[in-house]
Amino acid sequence: MPEEITLQVARYRPEQEDRPTFDEYKVPLRKDWAVLDGLNYIKDELDGTLSYRWSCRMGICGSCGARVNGEPKLTCGTFLTDYAPGPVRIEPLANFPIIRDLVVDLTDFLVKLGAVQPWLIRDEDKPVEEGEYLQTPAELDEYKQFSMCINCMLCYSACPVYGLDDKFLGPAAIALAQRYNLDSRDEGADRRLTVLSQPEGVWGCTFVGECSRACPKGVDPAGAIQRYKLTAATAAVKKLLMPWGQR
Amino acid sequence: MTTQRLYKPRISVLWWLSRRSYTLFVLRELSSLFVGWAVVYLLLLIRAVAGGPVAYQRFLHWSASPWAIVLNVVTAAFLLYHTVTFINLTPQAMVVQVRGRRVPPRLLLGPLYLAWLVVSAVLVWLVVG
Repeated sequence: MPEEITLQVARYRPEQEDRPTFDEYKVPLRKDWAVLDGLNYIKDELDGTLSYRWSCRMGICGSCGARVNGEPKLTCGTFLTDYAPGPVRIEPLANFPIIRDLVVDLTDFLVKLGAVQPWLIRDEDKPVEEGEYLQTPAELDEYKQFSMCINCMLCYSACPVYGLDDKFLGPAAIALAQRYNLDSRDEGADRRLTVLSQPEGVWGCTFVGECSRACPKGVDPAGAIQRYKLTAATAAVKKLLMPWGQR
Repeated sequence: MTTQRLYKPRISVLWWLSRRSYTLFVLRELSSLFVGWAVVYLLLLIRAVAGGPVAYQRFLHWSASPWAIVLNVVTAAFLLYHTVTFINLTPQAMVVQVRGRRVPPRLLLGPLYLAWLVVSAVLVWLVVG
C-alpha cells in the first residue's frame, strides 16, 4: 500500500476567484483514515485556509457531507483506502450554492423543512397528569426508518430533480414530513397535506430513486414520496366526491 | 458588513450522462413515448380491422415496411424496459400489510411478474393459437 494519497479538493475563495478550482494535497494513506481525517490533516498541517463542515466523526451529526469522486458521501464514513492509489476528488455537495470551499448554503432546505412542520402536532394536548402518549412497537415501526434522517443533504445532492428545479420540496423534507404523518401520536397530517400535495411537493418527484441509494442511514425518501402520492391522490378524490366532508 | 458572494453551479444539459443510474432513469422516462406509440399502433390496427379486409391488408403492408419494423422493434424493447422497471419500483411505492405485518418487498414482486407472464401467455395464445 502506498504511504500517501493525493486529494484533489475543490476550493472556492469568493474574495479571490469567480468559480471553484482544485488544489492538490498529499496526505498519509492510513488504514483507519476516513476522507474527513485527510481533510483534517490538510487543515492542521498543510493549508489552514481550507473550509469544510464536520462535527461528530461518527455518522450522526450529518454535517460532513461532500462529493467524493462524484458520489455524495459522509466524509467521516468514507475510507481513503477504498480509493487507493488515488487521486480522490472532493467537491461540495451538488445542487446547493457554495459559500466557500466545501461549505454549501443550506438555507433553502431549512425553509422547506420548517414548511412541512416536522414535529408532533396535536389537536389538543392531553394534560400532563394523564401520562405519556403510548405507542406499540408496530406503531413505532411505521415511521422509525424515516426518523433516522440526519439532514446530511446527500439525498438533495443526488437528486437531479432538485438540481434542475430548486422549488421542489426535496427528499429529506418529504421523508421527515412522513416521519410525523405516520406517527400514531401525530394529528397534523392535514396541515402538512397543503404543502406536500403542491406541484412542487411530492408531484415534483419523478422517482429517480438516487436519494434512497445515497442515504447513509438507510432511509428510503423515494419510497416515502411515492407512498405519499397515493395519500395525496386519495385525499384529492375524497375532497372532490365529498366537498362538504372533512378530509 | 460584506455580502456573501455565493457560487451557484449550473447543471449541464447532459447531466443525465454523468451517471449510469441517471441515464437509465432518463431512458425509463423516454420509454413513455414508446408506450404512447404502442397504444396509437393498437388503435390503428383496430381501425384497420373495422375497415374491412382491404384496409386490414393495407395496414399489414404498411406495418411490413422497414421503418415500421425498426420502430416497432425499438418500441418492443422500450416496452419491456418500461414494464420491468415499473414492476421493480412497485414494492418501494406500495406498502402491503397482511395480518398487521408488512409483506417483504421481494414477495410483492413474485405475483406481479406472474400476472405479467399469465397475461402475456393469454395474448400469445389468442394471436398464435
